[in-house]
Amino acid sequence: MDPFFPLAWAADKLVYGALGLRPGGLTGEALRFFFYDTAKILILLVVVIFAVSLIRTFLPPERIRTVIARHHPLTGHLLAAALGVITPFCSCSAVPLFLGFVQAGVPLGVTFTFLVASPMINEVALTLLWGLFGWRIAALYVTSGVLVAVFSGLVIGRLKPQKWLEPLALKAGAAGAVPGSKMAWRDRVRYARDYAADILKKIWPYLLAGIGLGAWIHGYVPAGFLAGYAGADKWYAVPLAVVAGVPLYSNAAGVVPLVRALVEKGVAVGTALAFMMAVTALSLPEFMILRRVMKPRLLAVFAGVVAVGIILTGYLFNFVN
Amino acid sequence: MSAISKIEVLGSGCPGCKKLHELTVRAVRELGFGVEVDYVTDLDRIVGMGVMRTPVLAVDGRPVLAGFIPDVERLKEEIRKAAGA
Repeated sequence: MDPFFPLAWAADKLVYGALGLRPGGLTGEALRFFFYDTAKILILLVVVIFAVSLIRTFLPPERIRTVIARHHPLTGHLLAAALGVITPFCSCSAVPLFLGFVQAGVPLGVTFTFLVASPMINEVALTLLWGLFGWRIAALYVTSGVLVAVFSGLVIGRLKPQKWLEPLALKAGAAGAVPGSKMAWRDRVRYARDYAADILKKIWPYLLAGIGLGAWIHGYVPAGFLAGYAGADKWYAVPLAVVAGVPLYSNAAGVVPLVRALVEKGVAVGTALAFMMAVTALSLPEFMILRRVMKPRLLAVFAGVVAVGIILTGYLFNFVN
Repeated sequence: MSAISKIEVLGSGCPGCKKLHELTVRAVRELGFGVEVDYVTDLDRIVGMGVMRTPVLAVDGRPVLAGFIPDVERLKEEIRKAAGA
């Protein structure tokens, strides 16, 4: 049973009762879809972001890097990808994180795995995928995200990227946890609450726009309409989706609901996943900030390897499905 | 009366860092310490302290809090502790 049935009931009452729309009609369908999705996603987001932020207060990056640095590079890659999931990645923390890893002796390849996984697999994207697509697609996204991150880290590590670092990254720094940084429970709860509020404040307009546009497509575009343009048999759909995803950096909130509607109308799942990964993993502002520690050559390699990884995963899932 | 000579808030200009700066200024004023609170955006310094998260509260060049924004009471407590009072 749908655990959100009270919302479905309320959406029915609102659209068919209070607004007096005809059940089964296009406008009614689209509106009902919009209200139900918005309420459900907002509730899920509040709960999940709060919970993940609370967990995060127990796993500060300073501790994460000591754990990773102690492991064999191979397990280190997997661990880095896994830890990237719970670590938030805003462009303002990219450089301290990168430098902190490198200076603690974490291999560069492993650091790149973390750098790819951290923005790509995050609780906002996962909650949206779970709420709108179901757990299967959410799990598929995590799997492909980890695959792409480990692939990128392994490839970049092989290229010996030390020569493409800016001098700032080569200086040795002090490593170790901040002495007085112990958080009390009230600090943790405050952090989680503020973080959830901040994120929601930032994403709600995109979320509403995405769900609204998705609802419109759901109601008005004929089923299977897009299969002819972006079905699994169209080889160019995946790379095109990746290119289209780059300028929409880190706007998972608006993109996921839209993509759901597109998949419904015939876009292949692998293509949709590739698009979403490109949106979250390849962002121009992040690259501009990382320019402080990486030479342009390394940034280009970074972007190229990640893009290739995403395209390959997209093909893989289109092929499997 | 305080043994502190320097209080800094370090950050990369993110909204949280500015908030911590404001709170710290208030905490210092409420404590009655006559110390300026500097706002530092030099990433080199942040990383040099061994910190990977922002914002950072540093007393006399030593990081005291990092990665979260406490309430004023906690800030006062930390500053008082660092002052050895």
